[in-house]
Amino acid sequence: MNKTVNQKAWFFVIPVFVLVAFNAIIPLMTVVNYAFQETFGNNVFMWEGTRWFKQIMLSERFHASLGRQFLFTFIILFIQIPLGIAIALTMPKEGIGVPVCLVLMSMPLLIPWNVVGAMWNIFALPDIGFLGHSLNALGFDYNFTQQIGDAWFTTILMDVWHWTSLVVLLSYAGLRSIQPAYYQAAEIDGASRWAIFTKIELPKMKKVLTIAILLRFMDSFMIYTEPFVLTGGGPGNATAFLSIDLVKMALGQFDLGPAAAMSLIYFFIVLLVCWVFYTLMMRNEEKS
Amino acid sequence: MKKAKWVVPTIYIIFLMLPIYWLLNMSFKTTTEIINTYTLWPKEFTLDNYKKIFTDSTWYTGYLNSIYYVVMNTVISVAAALPAAYAFSRYKFLGDKHLFFWLLTNRMAPPAVFALPFFQFYSSVNLFDTHVAVALSHCLFNIPLAVWILEGFMSSVPKELDETAYVDGYSFWRFFFKIFIPTITAGIGITMFFCFMFSWVELLLAKTLTAVAAKPIAATMTRTASTSGYELGLLAAAGSLTIIPGAIVIYFVRNYIAKGFALGRV
Repeated sequence: MNKTVNQKAWFFVIPVFVLVAFNAIIPLMTVVNYAFQETFGNNVFMWEGTRWFKQIMLSERFHASLGRQFLFTFIILFIQIPLGIAIALTMPKEGIGVPVCLVLMSMPLLIPWNVVGAMWNIFALPDIGFLGHSLNALGFDYNFTQQIGDAWFTTILMDVWHWTSLVVLLSYAGLRSIQPAYYQAAEIDGASRWAIFTKIELPKMKKVLTIAILLRFMDSFMIYTEPFVLTGGGPGNATAFLSIDLVKMALGQFDLGPAAAMSLIYFFIVLLVCWVFYTLMMRNEEKS
Repeated sequence: MKKAKWVVPTIYIIFLMLPIYWLLNMSFKTTTEIINTYTLWPKEFTLDNYKKIFTDSTWYTGYLNSIYYVVMNTVISVAAALPAAYAFSRYKFLGDKHLFFWLLTNRMAPPAVFALPFFQFYSSVNLFDTHVAVALSHCLFNIPLAVWILEGFMSSVPKELDETAYVDGYSFWRFFFKIFIPTITAGIGITMFFCFMFSWVELLLAKTLTAVAAKPIAATMTRTASTSGYELGLLAAAGSLTIIPGAIVIYFVRNYIAKGFALGRV
C-alpha cells in the first residue's frame, strides 16, 4: 500500500508509546543500574563497571544453564515443527471435523501456564499419575522427580503437548491459503505426494513457518512457569533453564548485580536471534 | 487413504486430552482415594472439591481477580492499539520502522528479566497488589501484539475507503468510529482473543505484583499447594476451573481462529 508521509501520525502512536515505555524503559533502566553497581540497600550504590558482566560470562553456572536452554529449545523445535506440519497436512479440510479439530487443539494454549505444570505433575507422578503409572507398569523405571533423563523427557513431552498446536494452527492456515489450481496442475503433471509437499506446500508455508519458528524460539527461550511447577528445576539443577536460574539468583539469593548483568545478556541473546529472523522475514515479504 | 488420514489428528487429540482428563478425574476424587489407590475413574464420586472452591472466599476471589485484570488489560491494550495500528498501516512518519521493531522487542523480553524491577517500580508508585498494576504490566507484551495483529487487518482494508469518506465530508474521528472500526470488527475480535489469552495464562508477573488483594487464581493454587500440605483433589478442581474461560473464548472465535493465525501476527 502507498503510505503518505504524515508526521502527525505520531499523535496516534503516543498512547501506545507512553504505556509501553512506562513498562519497558523505566524497569529496564533499573536493571541496567544494578548491572553496573553494587548495593547494600538504603539506595547506596557503588560503581562496579563491568565486573558483574565478567563474572557472569566466566561463571560455569551461567554456561551450564545457557547450554541447557539451547539444548531444550533445539529439541522442542526439532520435534514440534515437523510434527505440527504433519498434523496440519492430515487435518480435515471441510465439514464438522474442522471446528472440532481447531477447538480441541487450541485447548492447551489457553490453560494458565502453572496449571499446565501442575497438570503434568499429577499426570506424570510415578505412583498416582497415568503416565508415570503406565510407564512403570510397562517395565520402565520411570521417576521424573529423581532421574535426570526422565525429568527432561517429561519437560519436553509437556512442551510438545502445550505448544505443538500453535505450529499446527499456523501451518494449517498457511495450507488453506494455497489455491486449488496448484493441486490441479500438480495432478495433471502426475506429481508424487512428496513432490507436491516439497514443491508447492512447503514454499507456500514458508512465511507462516518462519513465524512459527520465531515464536517457538522466543517462548521456549523464556520458559519459566511450566518447568518450575513441574520439576522446580530439579533434580539438582538438571532442568534449571535460564529464567529459572535467573529468578533463583535475583529473588532467591538477592544477588542483584550478577542477576541484572545476566538479565541483560539473556535479553541481548533473544533480541539478536529475533532481529536476524525479523530481518529475513521482512526481506521475504518485500520480495513477494 | 481417506480413512487413514483421520488417524494422525485423532491420536494427537487423544494425546492432548489425556492430561486434561486426568486432571478432571482427580478433581472428582476424595483425597484418600487419590493417595491410596490408582483408579482410572473416580470410585467415590464427590463434588466436595468444587464446593470448597465456590464457598471459600480465598478461592473464588482468585477467579474474580484474574478475570478483573484480564478484562481491564484487554480493554486498555485494544483501545491504545487501535489508533497506533491505524497510523502504522496508513502513514509514514519519522522513526516508524524503528518504533515498530522496538514495540516487538517487548514481546520478546523474558518476563523473568522484568519481575524484580516491576516489583520495585510498582511498589514505588503505590500500585503494588492492585488489579491496575497487573493490567498495566501485561500491556508490556499485549500492546505490541495488539498493534501487530490490528495493523495486519487494517492494511488489508483498501485506502479508497478512507478517501471516499473524506470526500463525503466525514471528519476523521467520525470516519474512524462510524466506518472504519465496523469494517474491522473481526480483526478486533481476534485481537481481543489473543490479549485475553496471553493475559490469562501469564503468571510470573501477575504473581510478583500481587500479595493478597489482587492475587490471581493461578497463584492461589501454587501457594495453597505449598502451605496446606498436598491437597491434590482441591488443586485439580481449581485447575479444571481455570480451563473453562479459555474454552468459552475459543468457542466464540472458532471460525476466526485459523484466519487470525493466518495473518501470522501473534
